[in-house]
Amino acid sequence: MPKVKVKRNNRPLDMAPMTDVAFLLLTFFMLTSNFTQKQPVKVDTPTSISEIKIPETNVMMILVDKSGKVFFNVDGQQTRMDVLKKMGATYKINFSDKELKEFAVMGSFGVPMNQMKTFLNMNPEDRDRSENALGIPCDSTDNQFKNWVSATRSVNTKAIIAIKGDRASTYPAIKKVMSSLQDINENRYNLVTGLEKESDF
Amino acid sequence: MADVQQDHGDEGKKGKPKKQSTHIDFTPMVDLGFLLITFFMLATTLVKPQTMEIVLPPSKDKIDIKDQPPVKASRAVTVILGKDNKLFYYEGGPVGGADPKAILSDYSPKGIRKYLIGRNISVVTKMRELKAKNAAKKMKPEDFENSKIEILKADRVSPIVIIKATNGANYRNLVDILDEMAICSIGSYSIVDITPYDLGLIKNLNN
Repeated sequence: MPKVKVKRNNRPLDMAPMTDVAFLLLTFFMLTSNFTQKQPVKVDTPTSISEIKIPETNVMMILVDKSGKVFFNVDGQQTRMDVLKKMGATYKINFSDKELKEFAVMGSFGVPMNQMKTFLNMNPEDRDRSENALGIPCDSTDNQFKNWVSATRSVNTKAIIAIKGDRASTYPAIKKVMSSLQDINENRYNLVTGLEKESDF
Repeated sequence: MADVQQDHGDEGKKGKPKKQSTHIDFTPMVDLGFLLITFFMLATTLVKPQTMEIVLPPSKDKIDIKDQPPVKASRAVTVILGKDNKLFYYEGGPVGGADPKAILSDYSPKGIRKYLIGRNISVVTKMRELKAKNAAKKMKPEDFENSKIEILKADRVSPIVIIKATNGANYRNLVDILDEMAICSIGSYSIVDITPYDLGLIKNLNN
């Protein structure tokens, strides 16, 4: 029987279709992606069966870390600039245009107002250092957190409040945040949780 | 006169110029493409976080305990979130000087959930039927929500849960108990400050 001769194909493999696929996927990821927000602290959220998704815009994100420190974030560069101007007016601090711009593009922050100016003039890398994650004062004596929320509310009336607490943060820490919000009549807010399947019972 | 340089270019190779192959090696481009894909995949958040909505009463119209609409003692269930992930509950309030008995429980399905579902069985069954109906044939989302609200409103016997967290409780406990409210279809619940009376009730159970 004659052997079946396998035809040798010595041409280089055509990579063009593979490039097509790669770039198609690339386009998909670029269009669907929303980047992971940089957070000053690691927050491990508790889980719940709730399936309501958090909207992408108009969110005031309040982070409460394990030790009860409070961090604040709001989206929208113009909103952020207006909020900082308002806060500057309240605490009699004058922010330059450069500082306002810096503030507009950064993520969550947790610094008291008296250190805000130094914080904004730091390198972005230095801001991430853990000693700069001080938390926003939220006590009855100096409740800057309350002012941040009401300043944001006056700038953006549509913003919803989302509290993202660490599962290990104590109840008094969360209660401080909640009662501050209650004081300024913000009674509707969201608790950010991870997804948990509803188990059969 | 200057020499005119003679062109010897086409000496030897006459005729057609050498045909260039049109094949380009795409491998580096594929490399680049996949590198970028990897970057975008790692840098994105695919899972969006969930939220649970809660509404608390405004503190300005904080009314005295006396002015609050009395909760029927037979419907009231007080849940106390203790330290070390402990949970206590008691039914009703003090009757004729006798304190209600607090019972130690936990956040597991066999703990508080079993009790609350037992108390709330009529609503839970109705809710499950509704959910099954929703899963089987597509209801309009707003119809589904409306029927949910109707079930909760029509009910007159389901427990009213009062959640009291001690300072030893953590955030996870709070979310867990709010989650149980959703699972057990409890229509009315509230988060209330803990009183010394409640602390007294759980004192001997706490250790």
